[in-house]
Amino acid sequence: MHDVAVVGAGPAGLAAAVEAAEAGLGVTLIDTAAQPGGQYWRHYDQTHARPDDHVGHHGWSVFTRLRARLDALRATGRIHYLPGQQVWLITREPNGPFTLQVTAATAAATAGRSQDGSDRTLAAHALILCPGGYDRQLPVPGWDLPGVLTAGGAQALLKGHRTPAGRRAVVAGTGPFLLPVATGLARAGVTVVAVVEANATLGWFRSPAGAASAPGKSAEALRYAALMARHRIPYRTRTVIREVLGTNRAEAVRVARVDRDGRPTGPDEEIAVDLVALGWGFTPSLELPLMLGAQTTMDTDGSLVVAVDDRQRSSVDGLYVAGEATGVGGAALAVHEGRLGALALAAERGRPADPALMRRLRGAVRRGRRFASAMHRTYPLPRAWPDWLTDTTLVCRCEEVAYGDLRRAHHDLGAEDARTLKMLARPGMGWCQGRVCGLATAGIAAWLSGRETGVDDLRPLATRSLAVPVPLGELAALVEETTPPEAADEGGRNGD
Amino acid sequence: MTHQMTFRGTTVAAEPGQSVAAALIAAGVTDWRTTGKGGRPRGLFCGIGICFDCLITVDGIPDQRACLVAAADGMRLGADAEPGAALQDACGPGDDDA
Ligand SMILES: Cc1cc2nc3c(=O)[nH]c(=O)nc-3n(C[C@H](O)[C@H](O)[C@H](O)COP(=O)(O)OP(=O)(O)OC[C@H]3O[C@@H](n4cnc5c(N)ncnc54)[C@H](O)[C@@H]3O)c2cc1C
Ligand code: FES
Repeated sequence: MHDVAVVGAGPAGLAAAVEAAEAGLGVTLIDTAAQPGGQYWRHYDQTHARPDDHVGHHGWSVFTRLRARLDALRATGRIHYLPGQQVWLITREPNGPFTLQVTAATAAATAGRSQDGSDRTLAAHALILCPGGYDRQLPVPGWDLPGVLTAGGAQALLKGHRTPAGRRAVVAGTGPFLLPVATGLARAGVTVVAVVEANATLGWFRSPAGAASAPGKSAEALRYAALMARHRIPYRTRTVIREVLGTNRAEAVRVARVDRDGRPTGPDEEIAVDLVALGWGFTPSLELPLMLGAQTTMDTDGSLVVAVDDRQRSSVDGLYVAGEATGVGGAALAVHEGRLGALALAAERGRPADPALMRRLRGAVRRGRRFASAMHRTYPLPRAWPDWLTDTTLVCRCEEVAYGDLRRAHHDLGAEDARTLKMLARPGMGWCQGRVCGLATAGIAAWLSGRETGVDDLRPLATRSLAVPVPLGELAALVEETTPPEAADEGGRNGD
Repeated sequence: MTHQMTFRGTTVAAEPGQSVAAALIAAGVTDWRTTGKGGRPRGLFCGIGICFDCLITVDGIPDQRACLVAAADGMRLGADAEPGAALQDACGPGDDDA
């Protein structure tokens, strides 16, 4: 039994695990990736590192210091680190410890693991969930063509695998993250024909609230502006991709100027590309906290996030949440939250935790959140985005549910809300369990019924009975083993 | 040393440390499966194990996420099994109200 299980070894989870262990708690740290760092500090396989791997990687020294502490704590047995493993179910007996079910992220990883199953089930008195998030996506005609990637995916391929995903790219959507993606691709030799930004300007570093709460960020914005200029990448604001063209892969995009709500105001223009990187900001991974019944709220960017207090405590006793899962706000904020949550837990479990440090971290988190809100307000999703869709545009890529299917479920079958839409037309019911189309489906449900997207639209698309699809054998083993009755029920129902 | 893998009868090279998906893309392959309903080509999309677009059979083991599996020498990519056959469909009706 561990004092605390930390899920996720990104900026939040790494900081939390190290801080908790140094405060004297016994920590187990579980992460899907083969090496620590999460999305922000994703890097090439360390055993084959090259000196130029980290050019332009901001905050890299923060990471290497955290990693050195992780290594030291592993050596003394304070942290039990399980890379390449994903948590797919968490349950809890009333007032008892948390039970985590863990499986290898890839079958290849299973081959090297002990076969006695000892790592399959873990127990911990407390949990710090730092599962991060993923790219937020809006469907657009042709977005299912190969050659269309998420912006984060294009970035991950570059940072983690030194592989540019194409030769001629357009980076589109909204938000400041489009800039590092574009400049990163350009540095790797890709011709970036444009950054296509749906909103108006780089206004966030002019916004007094934003700039004052994060002075370093204005410098960062200027740095990216300079890089964009150096690589001669046009930055086209108030512009969106209306369609990705191509037969069996992306060959071109049609872009158009739009008004504030995303309605086209100018003629379409066609641009030849073989890589389309799409990003509308990020949205949190909520399956683990939702599994445990943690209360959620809607963030300023319209994403469902876990509600936490000023010590990163969720509504569930013993469950702390830090990083993107409590609201998208970037790596620096994630680190502050991870540390704060770990110290708060240490204090609660009778370990020394410096109150002055906790106060400072609370202040940093407050400022970080303020800045994140300013960013979210600068880069909203265009209100009228469902207007871009045609009846044949796929919304759910897994189950191949098109916008027309959703419209018919609404008009002919009377589906008013996201939950009914999901039952009738099956968006969000494929392998990804609605991670990719969840926000879009919720937005379409609201749009078709003429209201704003609300928590009730988002929640049915964010709740998953298992955090990841697992091989049937694992479920069977779980049902056979001594497991909490609710978990066995889940397994039985899904096995139907 | 560069790894050599096979895919649809051709050899695909990979640098040690690259993922299967990265090696395929570097070799100019942008899709490696077709969808069940529409028969549409699919390859990499999210790049981080979230979307399951990139499923591929690796050494006979179906439904591996090409973006997560590290390339290795002698790997046989793609094949026989239907994508999705071995995975639990974790999302039957009724799961959404948990
Ligand atoms: C693809 C992608 C690329 C990005 N690139 C950049 C960038 O270049 N620059 C930038 O400023 N921001 C980037 N971001 C934003 C970035 O996510 C945040 O700034 C920062 O990484 C958040 O830190 P975090 O610790 O909250 O989450 P993350 O860094 O996302 O870390 C979460 C970790 O938890 C793991 N995890 C999640 N669920 C489970 C589970 N069930 N079991 C086990 N492990 C689990 C994940 O694998 C991941 O390693 C990117 C985001 C994405 C999605
Ligand atoms: S590309 Fe999304 S899971 Fe691999």
